[in-house]
Amino acid sequence: MLGLFQPEKGDICYDGRHYADMTLEEKRDLRKEIGMVFQGSALFDSSTVEENVMFPLKMFTNQSYNDMLERVNFVLNRVNLENVNSKYPAELSGGMQKRVAIARAIVMNPKYLFCDEPNSGLDPKTAIVIDNLIQEITKEYNITTIINSHDMNSVMEIGEKIIFLKNGVKEWEGSSETIFKTDNEAITDFVYSSDLFKKVREAQLKEQG
Amino acid sequence: MQSYLKHTGKYFIMLGQVFKRPQKRSVFWQQFFKEVEDMGLSSIGIVAFISFFVGGVVVIQTALNLENPLTPKYLIGFASRESLILEFSPTLISIILAGKVGSFITSSIGTMRVTEQIDALEVMGINSLNHLVLPKILAAVFFYPFIIIISITLGIIGGWTAGLITGLITSTDYLDGIRSDFEPYHITYSLIKTAVFAFVIATIPAYHGFYVKGGAIEVGRASTKAVVWTSIVIIVMNYFLTQMLLGK
Repeated sequence: MLGLFQPEKGDICYDGRHYADMTLEEKRDLRKEIGMVFQGSALFDSSTVEENVMFPLKMFTNQSYNDMLERVNFVLNRVNLENVNSKYPAELSGGMQKRVAIARAIVMNPKYLFCDEPNSGLDPKTAIVIDNLIQEITKEYNITTIINSHDMNSVMEIGEKIIFLKNGVKEWEGSSETIFKTDNEAITDFVYSSDLFKKVREAQLKEQG
Repeated sequence: MQSYLKHTGKYFIMLGQVFKRPQKRSVFWQQFFKEVEDMGLSSIGIVAFISFFVGGVVVIQTALNLENPLTPKYLIGFASRESLILEFSPTLISIILAGKVGSFITSSIGTMRVTEQIDALEVMGINSLNHLVLPKILAAVFFYPFIIIISITLGIIGGWTAGLITGLITSTDYLDGIRSDFEPYHITYSLIKTAVFAFVIATIPAYHGFYVKGGAIEVGRASTKAVVWTSIVIIVMNYFLTQMLLGK
């Protein structure tokens, strides 16, 4: 969807703009409207937190250093990070790295935010903090956010429109409400793969009679 | 054979992406000076150390092989100077730099690849090859000739020191030899070779790092492969450049 790989079939559309028909220049311009949070955060490890977050501003704007610094501090503050400007990514915990990645993704005020497994490698409590942060930012900045996740807690918690892919093919589409009621075997096997979730489902079905 | 052709083609396609106008000039210069420091300034110490001692060894070996009393002693200085200018400094120092700097380039770019940092650049709309590789090429091509001049100078000083310490040649004979029949074009030849080798040192390891797939072990393997291929290409290019620039 980000154009890192050429699609073999199908079409990718951003607000009516067909990705396949765009020139290289148009694709680069479109990418300036996209923020991305990678699974492993993908922070530049030889740069400090401040340099990481400032990087898109340096590349694509002509703002003065002070203006860029102000914006960097604003977004770092927004993701609840303070006094980390001069730290390197290796000095931060996994959760803090994810927050820096989110700050870098939103520093240019993107229209679209993509998150690849934003909770991977995080403890359940930190995972919820990251989920909530993504949800808040999405609403606050009116961004279209697409999250790719295996974490069903996260999907149920913050997913508005859910698409279930199996072997690269769309298997099911719905919402966090309809996912509980679906008869699709593939999705129920996946969602209720743990004993705990199986018991929850059984209890729900009993409740519904 | 098909694989070699595929890699060669991919390498030239990569160069096509590298040689584009930098997207932001200020960021490019920042990267350029960082590369000069990482790849150039940090290599001066090892180059100086090796050049000084090899210069000494060249003088001792030349002196010990010129036993005929009819052979003038100043030839030791002359032969040492020519060896250093024509071959040792441009070629052997470049091979040493291929090991030191080449592995650094492959591992740093390779690590960026496997940790998705290059994908992050691409997603931002940045030409990652241009952003990462062009400053390295320019830093190497412009800075390595200076390193080679330092190497030649220190090699000659090393030879002088060794000659005096061992008593194999007097200072007057050595300096006579250093000045005798000096051909300035040999310096030009040496610097042209260095610039070509610098290009090879920056681009072949960058290619291996940029297209690495897998994890830490693959990055390590790619570094080894990059150093081997860079050394091979330097040796082959050395032959052709010598034929082209010095051959009659």
